[in-house]
Amino acid sequence: GCPNQKLCASGATKAPDPAIAEIGAKLSTVKHKILVLSGKGGVGKSTFSAHLAHALASDSTKEVALLDVDICGPSIPRIMGLEGEQVHQSGSGWSPVYVDDNLAVMSIGFLLSSLDDAVIWRGPKKNGMIKQFLRDVDWGDLDYLIVDTPPGTSDEHLSIVQYLSSTHVDGAVIITTPQEVSLQDVRKEIRFCQKVKLPIIGVVENMSGFVCPNCKNTSQIFPPTSGGAEKMCADLNLPLLGKVPLDPRIAQSCDEGRSFLNVVPDSPAAKAYKSIVQSDACSSNSVKLFIYLFFLSLFLSFFLNINCQVRCQAKLEAMFLYLLLFY
Amino acid sequence: CPNQKLCASGATKAPDPAIAEIGAKLSTVKHKILVLSGKGGVGKSTFSAHLAHALASDSTKEVALLDVDICGPSIPRIMGLEGEQVHQSGSGWSPVYVDDNLAVMSIGFLLSSLDDAVIWRGPKKNGMIKQFLRDVDWGDLDYLIVDTPPGTSDEHLSIVQYLSSTHVDGAVIITTPQEVSLQDVRKEIRFCQKVKLPIIGVVENMSGFVCPNCKNTSQIFPPTSGGAEKMCADLNLPLLGKVPLDPRIAQSCDEGRSFLNVVPDSPAAKAYKSIVQSEKLPGALRSTPRTFLSESLSRCV
Repeated sequence: GCPNQKLCASGATKAPDPAIAEIGAKLSTVKHKILVLSGKGGVGKSTFSAHLAHALASDSTKEVALLDVDICGPSIPRIMGLEGEQVHQSGSGWSPVYVDDNLAVMSIGFLLSSLDDAVIWRGPKKNGMIKQFLRDVDWGDLDYLIVDTPPGTSDEHLSIVQYLSSTHVDGAVIITTPQEVSLQDVRKEIRFCQKVKLPIIGVVENMSGFVCPNCKNTSQIFPPTSGGAEKMCADLNLPLLGKVPLDPRIAQSCDEGRSFLNVVPDSPAAKAYKSIVQSDACSSNSVKLFIYLFFLSLFLSFFLNINCQVRCQAKLEAMFLYLLLFY
Repeated sequence: CPNQKLCASGATKAPDPAIAEIGAKLSTVKHKILVLSGKGGVGKSTFSAHLAHALASDSTKEVALLDVDICGPSIPRIMGLEGEQVHQSGSGWSPVYVDDNLAVMSIGFLLSSLDDAVIWRGPKKNGMIKQFLRDVDWGDLDYLIVDTPPGTSDEHLSIVQYLSSTHVDGAVIITTPQEVSLQDVRKEIRFCQKVKLPIIGVVENMSGFVCPNCKNTSQIFPPTSGGAEKMCADLNLPLLGKVPLDPRIAQSCDEGRSFLNVVPDSPAAKAYKSIVQSEKLPGALRSTPRTFLSESLSRCV
C-alpha cells in the first residue's frame, strides 16, 4: 500500500502546515513584500521585477531581495547577470546570490547543474521548492522582498499566498500589455487577488507603443483594442502605475544581464520605469505619513484647546480637512 | 482520509484506465500536433489558432483545436468564440464549431463569466485535460492541434501521458529571438526529448518589425545569441520559419478574426502560410494537396 497511509489516516495532513508559522517568523524582519503577477505570459513580469529590485537597491541604505518562484522558466538569473552562479549552504540556511552588497537573488536557476536542464515537476514538488525558498533561505533583515511569479493562477500563486499568509504582504503589482487577449487573463489574476485578499498596489502597462528610431513614428504593436490597461483600471477602480513603451534596448539589456535603468537612463522606457517605481515604493509610505500627521494634528488640537471645548471640535474638523487636502 | 482504502489497495499505482479510453477515442484522429514553448507570450495560441484556420481552409479536412491552457485560455477570444457554450449530448461534450470543419474546445467555454479565474492546483487541471480528451465528441478528425500554456509542468506531462497510447506527430515549438526566451525554449526541447515527443520544428515569432511609415526594420527583441536560427543549428532541429511583428496580428486576435484572411498579403501572413506548407513538415501537414502538376510547376519556378 501507500507509504503515507498512516500519515493520511491520522488526519495530520488536514492540520495547518507548520511551515507557514516558521516562514512567518523567518520573514518577520522583512519590512515590505511585493508580488509581481500577471495572468498572461511574456508581458514583462521578470523584467519589471528585476528592474524594481535594481531601482530599490540603488539606495544603498536599503536591503533588497528578489525571489524567483517561476520554477519551470526561471528568467531572473539571466536578467540579473547571475547565470552560472551557485547557491551555498551554511549553518543559517541557503545563502542567496548577491548582485550587489544590498541586492540578493534566489531562483531555482541557481540549483540546476546545466542552464538547459528542464524542471519537469508537477504541482506538489514546485510547492515544496517554494516553501524551501521562503523558509530555508538566509534572507537576513530586508527592507524589500520582491517575488517574481510565473503566469497563471495555479500552484505557485496559491502556494506563495498560502506560505506568506502569516506575514504582512504589501500587495501585488500586476503587469499587462495593452491588447485584450492579455487583459482578459489579467482580469482573472485580479479576481484571484480579490479572492485570496491580496491587495493590489497597481497595474503596469508594458509594451505600450513603439517609437521607430528612424522616423520617430509611434506604432501600437499591441493595440489597445478595448481601451488598454487605462480602461481596465478605470472599470475596476485600480491605480494605473504607468505605461512603459517598447524599446529594443530593454530586451538587449535583459539578455546581457544588465540593468536597463543604468544602460540607457534617459530613454523614455527608463524614465517610465523610474516613475512607476517611485510611485510604487512611496504608496505605502504616504499612507503611513498621512496617518502619522492625522494623529499628530489630533493630539495638537486637543492639547492646545484643552480649556476651550466649543472651539476644539471646530479646529479638529478644520485640521482634518486640511490634512485631507494636503494628502 | 476517504481515499484510504484506495491508496492502501495499491490501485493508484496501476495505469490510469483513461489512457486506454483516450487511445480508443482518438484512434480516428489522423494527426496530432502539440504547440509548445517554455516561454510565455511568444505566440503559441496565435500560432495554434492560425495553424487550425490554415488547415481548415481545405474544406475536405476535419480540424480541431484543443486549448489546454486552463488558467489563461486565450483560444476562445482568438477564434471569435467568446461567450459560446459547450453542449452535452449522448456521445459526450460537443465542441464549439467555427466552421463546419473546424471545432474548438477550451475551458473558456465552461466559465460562467469571461473574467472568472480558474484557481486550480495541478491535479484538478489534469482531470480537466483528461475530460477534454476522453469526453469530447471530436468525431473523425484529420488534425487535432493542442495549444498549451508555457512551462514543463502538469499540463504538459498530462497531455503527453494521456496521449501515450495514441500516435502524436510531434510538437511545434514557438519562440521569440531573444536569449531570455531561447533559454526557456531549450528547456522545453529537453522536455520533449525526455518524454520522447518528436519535434516537428521551431517557429521564431516577433522576428523584426517593419515601421509602416519609413519601412525601417527594428529588432524589438534582438537575437543577441543568434536567435532561433543558431539554436536550431546547435540542436539539429528544423527552423520552420520566422514571423515578423505586425500590429494587425494582435488586432485580429483581439477581434477574433483570422489574420490570414484579414491581411493575406502581409509579410506576416505570407510567413505563416509558408510555415504551414513548409517542405520541412511531414507531408501530411501541408494544407493544400500536392498534385503532380503543382509539384512540377513549383520546380520550374
